Amino acid sequence: MKRNSISFWVTLLVLIFLYLPIIVLVINSFNDSRFSSQWTEFTFKWYDKLWDEYTVWQAFGNSLIIAISATVASTILGTCAAFALHCYKTPLQKIHYGLVYVPLIIPDILMGISFLLFFIAINIHLGLFTIFIAHTTFCMTYVTMVMMSKLQNFDFTLVEAAQDLGANRWAVGRRILLPLLMPGLASGALLAFMLSIDEFVITFFVAGQGVSTLPIYVYTMIKFGSTPIINALSVIILALTVIVVCIAQSLSKEDQ
Amino acid sequence: MEKKHEWFVTLPSFVWLLLFFLIPTCIIFIYALKSQDIYGGIEPGWSLEAISNLFDKDYTLLIFRTLMISAITTAVCILLALPVGYQMAIAPKRFRKLLILMLMLPFWTSFLIRIFAWKALLHPEGFFNNLLAFLHIISPNTTLLYHLGAVLLVTIYTYLPFAIFPIYAAASKFNFQLFEAAMDLGASRSQAFLKVFLPGISKGISTGAMMVFISTTGAYIIPDLVGGFDSEMIGTRIAQKVFVERNLPEASALSILLALVVFLPLLAITMFSSRPKKLELELRNKE
Repeated sequence: MKRNSISFWVTLLVLIFLYLPIIVLVINSFNDSRFSSQWTEFTFKWYDKLWDEYTVWQAFGNSLIIAISATVASTILGTCAAFALHCYKTPLQKIHYGLVYVPLIIPDILMGISFLLFFIAINIHLGLFTIFIAHTTFCMTYVTMVMMSKLQNFDFTLVEAAQDLGANRWAVGRRILLPLLMPGLASGALLAFMLSIDEFVITFFVAGQGVSTLPIYVYTMIKFGSTPIINALSVIILALTVIVVCIAQSLSKEDQ
Repeated sequence: MEKKHEWFVTLPSFVWLLLFFLIPTCIIFIYALKSQDIYGGIEPGWSLEAISNLFDKDYTLLIFRTLMISAITTAVCILLALPVGYQMAIAPKRFRKLLILMLMLPFWTSFLIRIFAWKALLHPEGFFNNLLAFLHIISPNTTLLYHLGAVLLVTIYTYLPFAIFPIYAAASKFNFQLFEAAMDLGASRSQAFLKVFLPGISKGISTGAMMVFISTTGAYIIPDLVGGFDSEMIGTRIAQKVFVERNLPEASALSILLALVVFLPLLAITMFSSRPKKLELELRNKE
């Protein structure tokens, strides 16, 4: 590889640009000083303070409940949709594809406001349930796209072979489709989980008063006076992200 | 049997999206045709107040600024993503995997945390202020935050991966023998890059540009957290109408405006770009 080419240096600069804020953030979380500019001494005190902060854990609990339930619901709905779109080429599926595709490209804020107006119009109390509905809706479109690409590489002659050998629908599903599509399902579900747990804009619109998720908590802290606790919180979230991304990478490797 | 099976797998997602995507979207149009009551709800009956307010209050500046921010962000992201995507595609396999992982990590990092990290860097007590003041580029009292520049920097930072991944995906499928062929036929490296490589990955470029453009145009948290008066966008105004003024009809009218601002340019570009291409092809065939 040519190391002195322009593209090499631009790539290097882009990587520095991408990592600089993150590195400074991590360093600051161990900084005793309240201000990020001067380094005083190494400390874990922000992590200690974070540990005692009850509201963070409550928000984190809410985020987990929503992310897990939305992941389960959106994986089921998205997988069904992917099968329908892959196996049938009827006019109905064209409309179906449109319904799946448009939420993917529409800006978050438009989806957020449409959900808010919808829930107000049908008079549903805003809270965890409305967040669950909203999250399931946008997650399922991503799961559908992931599953469709997996189904494209799936060898459907295996299904025919099983049927020829006398397997019924249930056996085909349980013993052929499920094990072979498992890596795809896992990466789809992981994507849904990551999207849900990090989603802020739509959540903020449909959360109503009093219900907090982790991103809402972080936003409130950034917006209204942030103590260095948020640095510590960010580093913990970062560490979890690194772990999940590594798991996802190994999943996609198995898939190949 | 087949028909029954089709319905069985189609219905769950179809009904869900009908209920929770199509109907809510239509409701925006209904709310735009209502008027606000004093409790932050809506009056019964229809009204054109929200729509006419859209024309009365001057939104030209807001639209222009939103489009300008999106255009600059898209251009910079594509310009940075092209060499990166190229480098990723030509890198040896092991190095390429590492590059992908390194570019993925910031992309998967919580969106809010990345904005917060920039806010800390650009803070009056932060890294950049001190560095630039130390180098005498700015005076120590300058605030880098809450300006258009900060918004542009953070939108570019946030949406750069949206440009890199589609361009890389296209570049990794590009046949680099064409590149060598062009150079054998006397093209310089930059000529080959511009005339062979770029047209070859045009689909990746347009996908990346579209994703960055749509995301930036609809941006709301970035101008909200790092922007100021000179960098208000349509998204921040919608949020203000919803959360501060509690004026849902005007928020709906503005949302329709945002949808137009996002999708009209894309529609125009796809219509204009497809025609000349066909023409060009026909002309070439005639030659």
